[in-house]
Amino acid sequence: MAKKGIPLSVLIIGVILGILFWGGFNWSLELTNTEEFCISCHEMRDNVYVEYKDTIHYNNRTGVRATCPDCHVPREWVYKIRRKIQATNELYHKVLGTIDTREKFEAKRLELARHEWDRMKENDSRECRNCHNYDYMDYPSQGRRAMDNHIRGFDNSLTCIDCHKGVAHELPDMYKDDASAVILKH
Amino acid sequence: MKKIILMRMAVMVGLIGLSAHALAENVQSLRGAALEENSTDAIVMQYQKDEEPIPRDYLQQPPLIPHQIAGYQVTIKHNKCLSCHSWSNYKAKGATKISQTHFENRDGAVMSNVSARRYFCSQCHVPQVDAEPLVENTFEPVDAMRH
Ligand code: HEC
Ligand code: HEC
Ligand code: HEC
Ligand code: HEC
Ligand code: HEC
Repeated sequence: MAKKGIPLSVLIIGVILGILFWGGFNWSLELTNTEEFCISCHEMRDNVYVEYKDTIHYNNRTGVRATCPDCHVPREWVYKIRRKIQATNELYHKVLGTIDTREKFEAKRLELARHEWDRMKENDSRECRNCHNYDYMDYPSQGRRAMDNHIRGFDNSLTCIDCHKGVAHELPDMYKDDASAVILKH
Repeated sequence: MKKIILMRMAVMVGLIGLSAHALAENVQSLRGAALEENSTDAIVMQYQKDEEPIPRDYLQQPPLIPHQIAGYQVTIKHNKCLSCHSWSNYKAKGATKISQTHFENRDGAVMSNVSARRYFCSQCHVPQVDAEPLVENTFEPVDAMRH
């Protein structure tokens, strides 16, 4: 019998390799999507992580936590892969030692924060909304100021990050940029 | 000779021990529990939820903060309070704007921005818990401030 196409054995090996490769790929994606991985480098552990431990997303009434990837890595596959590819650039800077001291980190901080603000503004604070969905917010049970701002804010198509900067970290040095502080328009 | 010195030392140590014990019995601890006991549990207070501005009792009184401020960052780099109370933001946020005194330095000169001595808001303005006053207070506001 003349052999046509790919032999069965090659096909089987291919499928097995495929599964292994795919599994390994997803496995490493998952492994790098944990808080332990995020704070395994001292740049993160000594700066943002220690600050985060004092905030509502680490320590709160109900004991529910948001971890680094909850806010910084998209859940949907396509966006996740895109963010992971960008992250290799961060590894490159890790090797260069771009922010290996607290001072260097503080100097770079406004720029780093802006990247996150821009990303969240662009995607309508998608990662926040994975946990907090305004369709299910019971305004009357919120505080006076929260209720006012949420009703007015969402009507004017503002998004979470417009009003809630610094919910998990200390904010960068912006007092000089905008004397009235916070609501930074850019 | 050596023996006598040793004896004296032993008696001294004994005496010191005794008097220390007597002292410990008389000393009153400010914690409200005896020295060798654990502290009593602190009373846990809850901050009040957002409410309307609280009436003031005299003209120069820093108004009390009628809302939660947990997690608000006020550092040399950033001032969360001003994101609502500054002159540029108060209208959009429906908050009271800081008064002109907040721009004055100690010589009375008016600065172009919040004066350093008025920058750290919670030095003077404090949020409220539902607590009984620690000491009795019979202060009465003047007629004009009465509410
Ligand atoms: C993993 C889920 C999760 C994600 C993602 C998340 N949060 Fe939260 N958030 C929480 C939990 C849990 C609480 C605390 C609830 C409580 O009070 O016990 C909270 C509390 C808050 C509060 C209330 C603060 C207060 O003082 O009451 C704000 C504001 C907030 N989050 C904003 C955000 C913003 C903005 C983002 C996006 C950058 C975000 N959250 C992302 C889970 C999350
Ligand atoms: C227009 C500004 C604005 C926008 C937009 C906004 N918030 Fe808020 N939010 C506030 C203010 C003001 C408060 C009350 C004061 C505070 O907690 O600092 C508040 C309070 C909260 C609280 C605490 C609720 C409570 O009971 O007090 C949560 C949780 C929260 N916001 C989440 C979000 C999320 C998630 C989004 C995006 C879907 C969002 N907010 C968008 C201004 C805003
Ligand atoms: C509740 C959501 C949330 C969580 C949880 C969170 N971040 Fe962030 N992160 C943000 C936001 C929002 C910014 C943009 C700056 C800001 O508003 O503070 C940011 C900014 C940053 C920056 C840029 C520098 C800076 O401070 O602005 C780094 C680095 C960072 N986060 C790392 C981490 C790490 C590491 C963890 C876990 C220990 C973590 N984040 C957890 C929301 C979060
Ligand atoms: C999200 C906006 C917001 C932030 C941030 C904020 N406030 Fe307020 N504050 C208000 C609003 C709105 C009122 C008026 C209360 C009302 O009418 O419901 C108010 C009222 C007050 C008052 C009472 C004023 C009066 O005339 O009695 C004081 C004092 C005050 N705030 C101080 C502070 C301090 C100090 C901080 C920072 C630790 C702060 N606020 C942060 C919105 C804010
Ligand atoms: C050194 C004490 C002190 C500090 C610090 C201070 N204040 Fe005041 N504040 C006062 C006093 C006293 C008054 C009432 C008399 C007056 O207006 O000067 C007042 C009044 C106010 C009022 C009501 C203004 C009005 O027109 O009725 C607001 C709002 C306020 N302060 C907010 C703030 C904020 C926000 C900060 C931080 C940026 C701050 N204060 C820092 C002492 C202080």
